[in-house]
Amino acid sequence: MLTTTVTILFFGIAYGMVLYLISVGLSVTMGLMGFINLAHGVFAMLGGYATVTLMNQFGLPFFLSLAIACLLVTVAGFVLERTLYCRLYGRSELDQVLFSIGLIFASMALVRMAWGPLAQPVQLPAYLKGQTTIGPYELPSYRLALVVFGAAVISGLWLTFERTLFGARIRAAVDNGAMAQAIGINTNRLFALTFGLGTGLAALGGGLGADILAIVPAYPLQHIVYFMIVVAVGGLGSIRGPFIAALAIGLADTACQYLVPEMGAVFVFALVFALLLWRPNGIISRR
Amino acid sequence: MNQQPASITLPVPVRRRTALTALHAIPWAVALGVYALFPGYEPLATQMFVMILFALSLDLLVGYAGIVTLGHAGLFGTGAYTAGILAAHGFNDPIATALCGMGAAALVGLLFGSCMLRTKGLALLMLSMASAFLLYELANKATGWTGGDDGLQGISFGPVLGLFEFDFRGRTAFFYTLGVLFLAFLFVRTLINSPFGWSLRGIRENDRRMGAIGCPIYQRRLTAYVIAAALAGLAGALQAQATQFVALHVLSFELSGDVLVMLILGGSGHLYGAFLGVPLFMFAQDLLAKQDPTNWQLGQGIILIGMVLFAPGGMMGIGRRLMAAVRRRARP
Repeated sequence: MLTTTVTILFFGIAYGMVLYLISVGLSVTMGLMGFINLAHGVFAMLGGYATVTLMNQFGLPFFLSLAIACLLVTVAGFVLERTLYCRLYGRSELDQVLFSIGLIFASMALVRMAWGPLAQPVQLPAYLKGQTTIGPYELPSYRLALVVFGAAVISGLWLTFERTLFGARIRAAVDNGAMAQAIGINTNRLFALTFGLGTGLAALGGGLGADILAIVPAYPLQHIVYFMIVVAVGGLGSIRGPFIAALAIGLADTACQYLVPEMGAVFVFALVFALLLWRPNGIISRR
Repeated sequence: MNQQPASITLPVPVRRRTALTALHAIPWAVALGVYALFPGYEPLATQMFVMILFALSLDLLVGYAGIVTLGHAGLFGTGAYTAGILAAHGFNDPIATALCGMGAAALVGLLFGSCMLRTKGLALLMLSMASAFLLYELANKATGWTGGDDGLQGISFGPVLGLFEFDFRGRTAFFYTLGVLFLAFLFVRTLINSPFGWSLRGIRENDRRMGAIGCPIYQRRLTAYVIAAALAGLAGALQAQATQFVALHVLSFELSGDVLVMLILGGSGHLYGAFLGVPLFMFAQDLLAKQDPTNWQLGQGIILIGMVLFAPGGMMGIGRRLMAAVRRRARP
């Protein structure tokens, strides 16, 4: 019984960390620009493909591939923001939804053409493969690394957000964009930088979580509901809200799969319904 | 057509609307023309009628009430499974099962709508999506009722009105779905030109102002949602009857997305957007997916992005701009 509880807790938290890494950028950019971007999962998928390709084709080590993939996707996100996304700020919700669905379809097709329909295998380094013993429990090293890595990124993000000038600017622009612009913050550049950062984090989540969320062309559509749930439940423009939401969703989903597999994800969606009815703007909302 | 409420700025002058009455016959003439000129295409045409009805129900929400939903397939699937499950248990009169499908979808719409319409923006979008995912998971797990992944196979329906058997060539299905679509279309047209329909447009344009003049916004939006749900359920039931098969796809997010794309391709908020968008979507799909379904996916993505950036309003929007340009040139 105790072992089951620990297993569920541990796997749930690891899954939640991946969800958080992927979705936190979406939360901040959506809070900043009010842009409903359903296509955020595309960047996580690209991060996964880039990581796997760098490892398998060029023989680079896991973490180096991850860093390069992260950088590449950050640049891609930055360019996309400047060329396409920025044209749609202030357009209707429907236009933004349609545009991002279009982006999902196009990216899925392109990825399938380039890499084929099969899942890309991830060769984890040896030190991430086995089990690590902590006290009386044997925990898989990969997921342990995920949790540690996720915690480090969250701490870094929190410091950036709350303790630096860049973070203060973002918070100001989320709270009141027009006012922030009026006192001389270059919001356009801020948007692009934040968007790039958010997509980079998504790529990190996609690459790091490649063993949990398999790298396949259908990736952005398969997991779209989870990414969006984390943002909607967590609250826009916050980095703490999505963290709580991601952990809750990760734990609930894992618990459901272990305890009541015959009900599938029904409970998770019911939970989302309850949470969103209770706090329509998310658990923690800056807006 | 109902009387227009006294209003100063009707978007379309009533006089011009009647002058264009002849144009309204075009879709129905085309449908009958297909039957006369292209034998063998009845099943494809039937599929189109079903999707047009489905897209029309979505138009009521997206185009008129201003409710963007990503879970409309949930209601379509509810109708399809209701009709299918009834038929599997021996109750197979087409009209009665279609009405049951409508009723079930309306109930589900009332249940989910009364929750999600309390929210706005992202939360509303997410709840609409979550509602369809919830239904999908339920259908996926309730294999005893739905057949799960394998779908509901081996169902058959009795003759329409007790007279017309569903035949191999699909002629009965063709006229049955066309007839239902026509009735539903008349209903929707009456509805959107009624005071209720105009209040929906008012809420879409400015809900605060509508609230200020005493319009019960939540009730109106919920009513629209339940009506759209019933129509989507009807479309789903028709699909189950015409194909004698129900698969999990009827509840999928892909279908919710596809129907939205079909509607937008034609143009939302025009009534006829669905009639243009659905055939266009299906022809393009047929053309591009012939060699490789991936091509179609890429094409769909590019079309969507291009349309949002360069041609808002879909085909109806393009047509409207062309007409305006012609009229400008005609005037010296």
